[in-house]
Amino acid sequence: MTSQGYAGLGGWTPEKLGVPGEVRPVVTAPEPVLSRPGPEVDPTSAEVVRLAADLVATMRVSPGCVGLAAPQVGVGAQVFAVDVTGHPKAVTVHGTFVLCNARVVEATRWKAGREGCMSVPDLTGDVKRASRLVVEGMLPGSGEAVRLVTDGFEARALQHEIDHCAGLLFLDRVAGAHAVYQRQVYL
Amino acid sequence: MAGQNVRMNELAITVIGRDRPGIVADVAEVLARLGANLTDSTMTRLRGHFAMTLICVGPAAADVEAALAPLAADGHLLATVRAVTPDGGSSPTGEPYVLAVHGADRMGIVAAMTRVLADAGGNVTDLSTRLTGSLYVAVAEVELPSGSSDEVAGRLTRAAAELGVGVSLRPADTDVL
Repeated sequence: MTSQGYAGLGGWTPEKLGVPGEVRPVVTAPEPVLSRPGPEVDPTSAEVVRLAADLVATMRVSPGCVGLAAPQVGVGAQVFAVDVTGHPKAVTVHGTFVLCNARVVEATRWKAGREGCMSVPDLTGDVKRASRLVVEGMLPGSGEAVRLVTDGFEARALQHEIDHCAGLLFLDRVAGAHAVYQRQVYL
Repeated sequence: MAGQNVRMNELAITVIGRDRPGIVADVAEVLARLGANLTDSTMTRLRGHFAMTLICVGPAAADVEAALAPLAADGHLLATVRAVTPDGGSSPTGEPYVLAVHGADRMGIVAAMTRVLADAGGNVTDLSTRLTGSLYVAVAEVELPSGSSDEVAGRLTRAAAELGVGVSLRPADTDVL
């Protein structure tokens, strides 16, 4: 289930942050912070470490949540948490992790898929995402640079969260006028 | 010659009103009975209201109007029939883009954004808008004159900033095969 032979996270877990996360309220569109690009952060700062722990804590208490970005808890910043562990559509799984200042360095094999978002609770949309993805970013706390190679569902989650950090929602990438749907199932 | 006759009787029909099971079947049955050939159509529900627009060819407008009248008799549906001039279908006039706008609901979002497109010679080919809670979302497919997208995107961004909404303009998927 883990990243077979891929450059990964070096055994990083949220426990390495050393602070307990607190659950923060999740904001929903049209909250302006969701549409503003967040600035880069110092991953070693105490503030970012706390934010990282809070994102993990908030993600874990939110049913069906596989990723959460700083703007979704009202903070404009390039920080997000992802965890697709156990998701039936996931292939490569890196467990729970938080990345700062992440960017996509390779994106190939684009595929359409239906996405929702905790910050757009009533709608879903068809969005094309790369199903093979290489992302570079920094770990909160140590500030260590990491390079993640992933695919499929985890790749989609990463692109969705990196978009949040850039002030973009899935609504900004829907395929066409009839690619937005009223959500049928609430997780 | 038959083809010419068919093209001469092209009708635009709208049916709007309170939704219930069977409206599409009722309308289609009326048209079939009159020998009308249902060509292009679209139907959806807009905030729960039934909304159908279609083009058919064949019978005279008055005959269809009379045949649809019983459907509207209970006052819950409105059906209109109008003869239109066949235009043979228009070919694409530019490069296809998808415009997405989202933000706090307020008056004039669609008006402002589509005016930018129109002023640039852009043609909206499909549009849907949705209000959910206080979030307003509009997605338009638009054909833009070749080479104009960067300038249009800039104007859209300025118009969106004035409205306090987010906007994106991206190339639409093109046919692969």
